Amino acid sequence: MKKFFRNTSGKVAESILFLSSTSTSLIIILIVIFLFKEGISLFNEKPVEEGNILVVNKSNPVNELKSSTVKDIFDQNITNWESVTHKKDSIILVRIDDVFNYYTEEEIGSNFENLSTCISDLVAKTPGIIAFIPEKFFNKQSQGKIIKVRKVSIRDFFSGKEWMPTAHPAAQLGILPLLLGTLLVSLGAIIIALPFGLASAIYLAEITDESKRRVIKPLIELLAGIPSVVYGFFGLVVIVPFIQNLFNLSVGETALSGSIVLAIMALPTIITISEDALRTTPRSLKEASLSLGASKWQTIYRVVIPYAKSGITAGIILGIGRAIGETMAVLMVTGNAAVIPHTFLEPVRTIPATIAAELGEAPQGGLHFKALFALGCILFIITLLINLSVQMSANRKTLKK
Amino acid sequence: MKSSEKYNKNKKRNQILVFSLFRVLNIAVIAILILILFFIFIRGYKTLSWEFITAMPEEGMTKGGIYPAIIGTLCLIGGSIIFAFPLGIFSGIYINEYTKNNWFKRFVSMMTNNLAGIPSIVFGLFGMALFVNTLGFGDSIIAGSLTLGILTLPVIIKTTEEALKSIDDSFRLGSYALGATKLQTIRKVILPIAFPNIITGLILSVGRVSGETAPILFTVAAYFLPKLPSGIFDQVMALPYHLYVISTSGTNITESRPVAYGTALVLIIMILIINLLANGLRMFFKNKVKMN
Repeated sequence: MKKFFRNTSGKVAESILFLSSTSTSLIIILIVIFLFKEGISLFNEKPVEEGNILVVNKSNPVNELKSSTVKDIFDQNITNWESVTHKKDSIILVRIDDVFNYYTEEEIGSNFENLSTCISDLVAKTPGIIAFIPEKFFNKQSQGKIIKVRKVSIRDFFSGKEWMPTAHPAAQLGILPLLLGTLLVSLGAIIIALPFGLASAIYLAEITDESKRRVIKPLIELLAGIPSVVYGFFGLVVIVPFIQNLFNLSVGETALSGSIVLAIMALPTIITISEDALRTTPRSLKEASLSLGASKWQTIYRVVIPYAKSGITAGIILGIGRAIGETMAVLMVTGNAAVIPHTFLEPVRTIPATIAAELGEAPQGGLHFKALFALGCILFIITLLINLSVQMSANRKTLKK
Repeated sequence: MKSSEKYNKNKKRNQILVFSLFRVLNIAVIAILILILFFIFIRGYKTLSWEFITAMPEEGMTKGGIYPAIIGTLCLIGGSIIFAFPLGIFSGIYINEYTKNNWFKRFVSMMTNNLAGIPSIVFGLFGMALFVNTLGFGDSIIAGSLTLGILTLPVIIKTTEEALKSIDDSFRLGSYALGATKLQTIRKVILPIAFPNIITGLILSVGRVSGETAPILFTVAAYFLPKLPSGIFDQVMALPYHLYVISTSGTNITESRPVAYGTALVLIIMILIINLLANGLRMFFKNKVKMN
């Protein structure tokens, strides 16, 4: 009886433990499902605000417009239909408020009861018109034609140069500026962090003695433990004004400020992983080098670093991964202008910062909301690829041994 | 002979040069840390008072204290601990004690590493989609705690795994030889030995939970809520989010700066205490083992 009880309790415990061990895999699957469900549905959406339509005169040959063309038309960058279709005619923009310029209040009616007739009339008599109106004011029997706005395509999403998810009449969902901003800030961070990180790792692993190391290591751990929002705050009150004064800029919130803050934050990752890699160098290799008359530095440079190369690379790549995904600090110091950056001294906006800044204002289930989830998917994929590549190379190395 | 002397001299000089450069760069890293800590301490300590940590925020958060934010952060720490500690520890035990070095173990540890690498804002999105919307928890302590719990899960699993891995197999074999079952061995022999290392890792993971902002942005954090939560479905303020809000988008940024410095200082003190505690325990247990 006792034996039976012991056996079953062992079995029960084992299954509980087994279920727990699958939790991380399950969570990743759940993340994929929930993120991609929202994110992918973006590519089935029309970038026009729901309930609104674009109407042109029936004689107009245009049937479908790209979202960026719609924006150009309404920004008056395109003023003639010639560049859209072959028909020459200047474009007349009409938003719902503009209807009141064409008709008197009496004609429209005090409760807008004749508004739809007025719009039909206006569309019928103006060949060059393009009207952005609520769907309910559109009379189906009229001389107007609804033009379709092309659905958000993956290509436009990645190559679009403008990120204006709430623009009227057509939202612009090009993530190129965000992608470039993210890469710029992260690469800048790594370039700044690399000399400090590698030097510290080599110093800790090979040069200094154990007693100093025991003091420095917890400090590095502490550097990793400081919350990102504190780094962001520090950047905001110290680094941003410093950059502003140094380069005489009108705003100090620039890609450079972001890179500096991120560099500080990526340091612990780079130092810890590189140091661990350097420490795996077999003693025999080092001693062989020293016994051949090489100095300590020559040994480090010619033996230890080449041996630990893959581990150091892993540290650097993971540091980049950390920098790409960092949200709060970047959000606080980079100025968040969603334009394609040209220099380090311009405000930029990164992908995570965009999600954090805009999700609160995006109506749930709407186009903007889905676009932000699509950004989350991209972030997820980038970091997953980074992690997988590091692990693959690490696995290959252990297998070789 | 002369040239080789020169070579040796150069060799030595190079080494001294490079090593001092490395030392300087390492000192610079430490200096940055100290600069950050010192700066926030100098600016923040004037704000810090008993009242500051026990009073409600007032006048658009330019005056008063941060009591609800502290309580909120403690709630979130507690909630995520309840969820993530058992799950993470169990998972770590299973991976190290029950699986052999096969595809399952490799797969699970790969997934754990991947989860650790996912940016915190993605966890925020996920928490919002799953806990807040799909499960209908709304912006609440439970949604935020679960999101934060998931975030720390890989850290806890890794810590447990490492702690168990470092235990010599002779302990296990000895226990089996005395007729103990696997479960008994784990409970009575392995876990007590691994306890110090596990607890240090757990404490450090608490530090991570208390400082994370991005995951709680859309799952729990309230902008201004001068009352304490009454249940797990309430919204709360949280320290890191509070710092973010009053330093960037508050109604009056310049006037709320002292409060921001104070909040940053409280956060840093929390992290310092957590780190000291972890390191202290590590030392304490190390000495204890030596004495035995």
